[in-house]
Amino acid sequence: MADLLFIEGGRVIDPASGTDAVRTVVIRDGLVAEVAERVERPREARAIDARGRWVTPGFIDLHVHLREPGQEYKETVATGAAAAVAGGFTAICAMPNTRPVNDTAAVTELVLARAAAAGLARVYPVGCISKGSAGEELAEYGELKQAGCVALSDDGKPVMNAALMRRALEYARAFGLPLTVHEEDLALVGKGVMHEGAVSTRLGLNGIPGQAEDVMVLRDLALAELTGGRLHIAHISTRGAVRAVREAKRRGLPVTAEVTPHHLALTDEDLAASGYSTDYKMNPPLRAQDDVDACREGLADGTLDAIATDHAPHAVQEKDVEFDVAANGIVGLETAFPVCLELVRRGLLAERRLVEALTAAPAAAFGLPGGRLARGAPADVAVLDPAAEWVVAPERLRSKSKNSPWKGRRLTGRCTHTVVGGRIVHEEGRADR
Amino acid sequence: MIGRHKHCLGLADYSREEIVEVLDLAVSMKEVLQRPIKKVPSLRGKSVVNLFFEASTRTRSSFEVAAKVLSADALNWTASASSVTKGETLIDTVRNLEAMRPDVIVIRHSAGGAPGLVASRVGCAVISAGDGAHEHPSQGLLDCFTLREKLGTLEGKTIAIVGDITHSRVARSDIYGLLALGARVRVCGPPTMIPPGVERLGATVHHALREAVAGADAVIMLRIQHERIGDPLIPSTREYSRLWGLNARKAAEWLTPGCLVMHPGPINRGVELEPDVADGARSVILDQVENGVAVRMALLYLLAGGPEAAAEAKTSARA
Repeated sequence: MADLLFIEGGRVIDPASGTDAVRTVVIRDGLVAEVAERVERPREARAIDARGRWVTPGFIDLHVHLREPGQEYKETVATGAAAAVAGGFTAICAMPNTRPVNDTAAVTELVLARAAAAGLARVYPVGCISKGSAGEELAEYGELKQAGCVALSDDGKPVMNAALMRRALEYARAFGLPLTVHEEDLALVGKGVMHEGAVSTRLGLNGIPGQAEDVMVLRDLALAELTGGRLHIAHISTRGAVRAVREAKRRGLPVTAEVTPHHLALTDEDLAASGYSTDYKMNPPLRAQDDVDACREGLADGTLDAIATDHAPHAVQEKDVEFDVAANGIVGLETAFPVCLELVRRGLLAERRLVEALTAAPAAAFGLPGGRLARGAPADVAVLDPAAEWVVAPERLRSKSKNSPWKGRRLTGRCTHTVVGGRIVHEEGRADR
Repeated sequence: MIGRHKHCLGLADYSREEIVEVLDLAVSMKEVLQRPIKKVPSLRGKSVVNLFFEASTRTRSSFEVAAKVLSADALNWTASASSVTKGETLIDTVRNLEAMRPDVIVIRHSAGGAPGLVASRVGCAVISAGDGAHEHPSQGLLDCFTLREKLGTLEGKTIAIVGDITHSRVARSDIYGLLALGARVRVCGPPTMIPPGVERLGATVHHALREAVAGADAVIMLRIQHERIGDPLIPSTREYSRLWGLNARKAAEWLTPGCLVMHPGPINRGVELEPDVADGARSVILDQVENGVAVRMALLYLLAGGPEAAAEAKTSARA
């Protein structure tokens, strides 16, 4: 007998098909069987009552740090995947800056095996651009692709050598792999730990000018033009970078870009107001209001394709230290939806565009399956309550690490059910497995 | 307490009244320093830990003398002699120190915000003795004290601060303190040493020394740290001293007759300040050092002594 799951009475928002209406999603044997207005539910079918909720394709995160292998005290593939499904993400891309880095099939296979064992979100490994992420020699893209990598990145570090970046873009074309790049000119960054501007002057912290990002984005856009390689700009944070990508797209360059929830929501003034809280330290740093405005505009008009969390778990001992020496990054999987939904409530982002940036757009950027609720597609679905209020209690976060600037804050919007391949892998209020 | 403050982490959030409270008490403290027997029992039984993660002679000694004159016990804990090199975190270090029950921790640290982090984790009062390029509040207070003493008031006076403003915690605390007391503040240096948005703190920006000091009531010359050369903020000390250093000739031509010259020390003689100015009639650099002790006595007294301290302070110091 077929395994049937009905998600009934919810507002189905599926930007890929243009659907935005109250519908029932019928899932048979792990695949979407039907999205219909009225369907008879057989007695044996399981059901999720989605009335008053949004039903969307499962979210896809192009930028997650799972820390395994090597730093399992921060996160494991399993705990990261649990955090993902709790936040509505059914697929996550695992960045390669683990220990060792993912520059070999062995590491890629380990990540995939751990993900399969966890049985929660789909995990797509990202391989290194350079061997050891050292920025000197190309990694073996053929082997990485064959092992299951969907993109290449030296994330956490820029590829400072322009000649290497040129060859990486060229060589990756043979495998159709996008390069997802962390853009900062290290000489301009210097000893910087926060955005450079009036706020860094006030706090007496070394600043990182926005142009440290802009010059690298401009360089890599030029190299993409030279090589025809597929470039994806990670975590854009400046007005200059948004402008550069917009202009490149207008000229027809095959470039995509992502923005994080925190760069859409927080500024350097929030860091100042936090009193040097290291939960506001990340790279790229929280920028000025003008940059945040530009990122919001870029997301709204599609210049920035996707929302990606840059989920970066760190243990308390790496954060509970002086701002100068604290680790960069915050966890983001479990707060992404409500943080971005706030932009919708404030009239800065259309509902459909928000869902697209979390589903169809990231799928298209890396050529991943999913991101839509088409008949016959794998049934990866998020059920979301846009009105649910909740307090971000550290002990209730599924992630092993609790480094979030939203700790203790009340957020509105919550994922109530997450379905991966027809299996309910997260249900609000249900104890963890 | 100083006004609303249990700690002294910076002058940015100190009001005019709160700054004046410290300066007024420091006047009484300075009287104590000028007595033949420089000892009052005001803080007997209280203990002060000087926790220094950066080299400092002047500031640490100044706090130490201030504590001793007030009869507090002072413990000096320096980073080189501590377990920092063994990898102990700042928070572990201060928790260990706190277990020894100090009444005040005086901390200097290379990281901006570190004193605030400490203050958030300990029960005792915390005084910043300088954190990164953030603030150096006791220096700001002693500069205000010195200027108020020499000029009578800061209301309507013009003070120029010259040097590497970007990396100077002294400049920031001076700007906050001087503005709160009604002065106008100019900052001056090569554009590479002027931090973005400094005008939003209320200072005006100048790049020509002559223009910055014209009509000023006092000039505060900042130390040029040797590691900034080739950073590359400036090409050489030679060019810096030629353009932004002060010597007797420039002082005579460009400063008003009554204009004071100050320096937080230690001086790079021949770089930002020539000996003929540092040791000349305009210089109040040694007054700054003496006043530093008085101001730090006031800070320790107000923050170690509990809420009733301010009220009884003057009587006790004058007794």
